[in-house]
Amino acid sequence: MSLKSSLAIATLSLTIAAVPAAAQVKVGIIAPFSGPFAHYGVLFKAGAEAYIASQGGKLAGQTVELIYKDEGGPNPANTKTLAQELVVNDKVDYLGGIVFSPNAFAVAPVIQESKTPMVIFNAATSDITTKSDYYLRTSYTLWQVTVPIAQHAAKKGFKKVVTAVTDYAPGVDAENAFKAEFAKQGGQVTESIRMPVRTTDFAPFAQRIKASGAQAVYVFLPGGPPNLGFVKAYNENGLRAAGIEFLGTAETDEFDLQKFGDATLGLNTAFHYSAAHDSPANKTFLAALAKQNKDAVANYATVGAWDGMHVIHKMIEATGGKRDSDKAMAAAKTLKWESPRGPVSIDPTTRHITQNVYLRVVEKGPGGLLINREIQNFGQHADHGLGK
Amino acid sequence: MKLLANILIDGIAYGMVLFIISVGLSITLGLMRFVNLAHGAFAMTGGYLAAWLVRVQGWPFAWGVLAAVLATGLLGALLEVLVLRRLFKRSELHQVLFTIGLTFLFVASANLVFGPEVQLIPLPSWLTSTVDIGVRAIPMQRLLVVGTGLLIVVLAAWLMNYSRFGIWLRATVDNTDAASALAIPVQRVYVLTFGVGAALAGLGGILGAELMPLEPFYPVKYLVLVLVVVVVGGMGSIAGSLVAALTLGTIDTATKYLASQWGSLFFFLAILVLLAWRPQGLLVRARASP
Repeated sequence: MSLKSSLAIATLSLTIAAVPAAAQVKVGIIAPFSGPFAHYGVLFKAGAEAYIASQGGKLAGQTVELIYKDEGGPNPANTKTLAQELVVNDKVDYLGGIVFSPNAFAVAPVIQESKTPMVIFNAATSDITTKSDYYLRTSYTLWQVTVPIAQHAAKKGFKKVVTAVTDYAPGVDAENAFKAEFAKQGGQVTESIRMPVRTTDFAPFAQRIKASGAQAVYVFLPGGPPNLGFVKAYNENGLRAAGIEFLGTAETDEFDLQKFGDATLGLNTAFHYSAAHDSPANKTFLAALAKQNKDAVANYATVGAWDGMHVIHKMIEATGGKRDSDKAMAAAKTLKWESPRGPVSIDPTTRHITQNVYLRVVEKGPGGLLINREIQNFGQHADHGLGK
Repeated sequence: MKLLANILIDGIAYGMVLFIISVGLSITLGLMRFVNLAHGAFAMTGGYLAAWLVRVQGWPFAWGVLAAVLATGLLGALLEVLVLRRLFKRSELHQVLFTIGLTFLFVASANLVFGPEVQLIPLPSWLTSTVDIGVRAIPMQRLLVVGTGLLIVVLAAWLMNYSRFGIWLRATVDNTDAASALAIPVQRVYVLTFGVGAALAGLGGILGAELMPLEPFYPVKYLVLVLVVVVVGGMGSIAGSLVAALTLGTIDTATKYLASQWGSLFFFLAILVLLAWRPQGLLVRARASP
């Protein structure tokens, strides 16, 4: 054997030795990657991977492998199977993701039995976290963002408000939240309109709101087409001109915002995250996200994934990368950090995120793009929805 | 009184949108008897093209719409020549399977090229304004849809009943072999008709986009709605489609004003009743003998 070839072999074996062993920590992420909701998967992936990249590719010195599973749409049975596969076959240490509440509920027995901490990045029904001791959540709940805007409506002196929500579980949840809080503040919801899920023409509802003589309308609609349709009807049927104030939550979310055009200018919403939030943490987040995937929108989904990975990061740190669910959960319950959305903490009893809720108004930002400018901070809010 | 006026105005406006997005299908499925479940895909193509031309390329609205409609018609004609022609004589099941497959191809392509977001067609300022029509204001865009719908009905009626092409078309659809024996250029009639059907689908996709926003799953989402309009209206009857669209639109709107908690119940109940009453279509009397 020549010197050259033995050198080559030596180099080769060195290279092999330098290749890292299999990841020390495995995280299973369940999100829709196909079908009408596939953009959520893209956003979760971008948010989670941007976080890991921002930490130098390792979390607490451990290599982390993300394993993705496709939740598709609302499909609890399938999601439960995916969670089982991740826990049993892939032996993941943590779970993350989940867009739809019914899917989140279905995972509870799996994580309870296997003691796998799961960080929910989106699913926003209040009592999900009560179904297992291993749930954590870094998104928001409808009650959390609705209660502050109901208080705001009362403070502004509105006496008569109409609610208009899409007729499905989250919509009803939102309606109940607004009604309960607004009544507590001495206001009155004069009419509660529930709009069928299939609605494409929102003009009749806009006319009903106008005819009701309300001073403001509290709205809840799922993202995408219904959202665009309602805002259009709100403008075209003269509700804006009549001064009926629009009170929303996720309606002007950054994912749809640019599509609205000027139709949303001046609309008010209460929400926990705006891409225009002015803080160093948010700037870091925006830069990391843009670097990871330039098409990924900074919104509640990407920030939910980013903060979700932060929680997983801290759990890995607390356990030194070893699998010790109870130690990890104990550490997660005391977390407090500066998120891109502002100061946040994990509520030890509900394991849901406590965060600022802001009143925002849609404006033209620099470069002519629409932004949600935060004009008032309603302060720290925990989830208000449990036991309701 | 005001409520009734509201229901009628919104109902007619909504019904016209339903008519516009289904009129293309009432030609391809209704007249040509081709089970064209890819109708929504053509509508989406027209809409996406218009959105791309007007928003991205900066074309004036009218030219963008015209070009998009023509391009969709050409695409329809091209597909007819290349593949669909081979399916006309096949069983309905083959047609269903093929056109559904085609639909999924369009869904995936739209997702790949344009992404999952809703595509907006920017309207010129004269279309975004609202007009006061005495009782109340309604968006100019809805008036354009109502006007276009009426124009299509009149044109189609003239074309079908008084033009030579209409005679050829009716003959070809009734008995292709006999028509061909009479030296009617049946192949050309089919290509042209399918092209027109696709072009109208494209127009519907564009004008209906205000209510049915363009997104990759558009062709699947609104398929039931357009099939219902064509079937209730009667196969091949464009005037029937118009009556069906207006009736169903008004019923759906009335539900929203008066009983929205019932959701779409009355809409589907109306379909049931109308089909039980006139199974051949609203304007078609039941044939005396089969």
